[in-house]
Amino acid sequence: MRIINVKDIEEAVSKVCMEINYNLREGMEKIIEEVLQKEESESGKEVLRQILENIAIARDEKIPACQDTGVCIAYVELGQDVRIEGGFLYDAINKGVANGYVKGYLRKSVVRDPFNRINTKDNTPAMIHVELIPGDKLRIKLMAKGAGSENMCKLAMLTPADGLEGVKRFVIDTVKEGGINACPPLIIGVGIGGTFDMVGWLAKKALFRGMNVRNKDEFYAKLELELIKEINDLGIGPMGFGGRVTALDVRIEVAPCHIASLPVAVNFECHAHRVGEIIL
Amino acid sequence: MRIIKITTPLNDDVVKSLRVGDKVEINGVIYTARDAAHKRFIDAINKGEKLPFDPKGQIIYYVGPTPPRPGMIIGSAGPTSSYRMDVFLEPLLKLGLKGTIGKGYRSQAAIDAMVKYGAVYFVAVGGAGALISKRIKKAEIIAYEDLGTEAVNKLEVESFPVIVANDTLGNDIFKLGVQRYSRVKY
Ligand code: SF4
Repeated sequence: MRIINVKDIEEAVSKVCMEINYNLREGMEKIIEEVLQKEESESGKEVLRQILENIAIARDEKIPACQDTGVCIAYVELGQDVRIEGGFLYDAINKGVANGYVKGYLRKSVVRDPFNRINTKDNTPAMIHVELIPGDKLRIKLMAKGAGSENMCKLAMLTPADGLEGVKRFVIDTVKEGGINACPPLIIGVGIGGTFDMVGWLAKKALFRGMNVRNKDEFYAKLELELIKEINDLGIGPMGFGGRVTALDVRIEVAPCHIASLPVAVNFECHAHRVGEIIL
Repeated sequence: MRIIKITTPLNDDVVKSLRVGDKVEINGVIYTARDAAHKRFIDAINKGEKLPFDPKGQIIYYVGPTPPRPGMIIGSAGPTSSYRMDVFLEPLLKLGLKGTIGKGYRSQAAIDAMVKYGAVYFVAVGGAGALISKRIKKAEIIAYEDLGTEAVNKLEVESFPVIVANDTLGNDIFKLGVQRYSRVKY
């Protein structure tokens, strides 16, 4: 049994909340530089150049890369041999988020209730997902998730007869419909299988995976590459101005499902990809 | 790509000369407003009250910035999605508003209203909030302070970078762009 104090969790979460908003996920700058070489459209190139300049200013001056510093998503992998001491895990994460968003001059974008819409003023609560893992480590992945891309996401309960073609069509149609407003170039998380509740989480979880890390299953790895190509063939381009670069990455996560079901979900993430990891 | 420098307030000749795809650098004063402020504008118009600023010849920027660090003029200040403001656009165009800045596409009704009243829609790069904050030289809250990040600000901008997405002829960069670069049938 390993003991981890909530104070350490709080502090780490606060630090990472600030860090990821000033400093996009590792590798993003390089990827944008690479796709700038591929882009043919003038407006598209202009957008990519501005994105690169923005990344540098945000990093150097500690200004949030995007003003929508998002709602905080915490993907917690808790080793079953860990004991949390000094308080409740969820409270510790939320205290860390509150601290980070207040001290880091980040925007508070969370309202307490969908209808009374009163701002909680410290960006809490975070959306917390906890999964148990073997061992004695605590891993917390944090994502600052903007609404522009989140609002364009979709979920469908297809039938087994819709099959692979149906899933592909749903993904492509969702990009056609909402991709422009999600601030392309995009990272696209796709969940397939599970149940209604699970498939959305699969799509979100896919966004936590590293850049251009393919699904371990060869079939899905191939499908990811096919979808990247087909989405880029749509010609939406950076900011939707038309161009070659629409999808920076497509990541698929799958789960077993009912004999009568074929759930699919698409979760968009924008080029302002803000993800960090804590390992305690 | 043409690069055009414009200064607010805008006159009709300047607005009419802008074409989809033009890279424009805006100078002068622009006003911020998003969902909640727009709702109040429309309520004020319906009640026959004055708006916090005269929209004639002006540009509204759809933005909700992050709080500035001490000593800074404004925090990160990139555009928000414009479609949510489509329903509020026409009454403001009627009062002489000449442009809006945001991201993403507009509804056909909004595009038609821009043609009718001779106005344009500019897109700033979504997610480039840090870069854009450097082009804002002064910021002052002029109304609805209680709305926090959604309060109406008067901004003084220099070389504020945008691209024309809808012009006074009804052209739409999003449709034209996809038509040109798509390798599949839409
Ligand atoms: S979609 Fe992403 S880049 Fe665009 S405004 Fe929202 S958080 Fe920023």
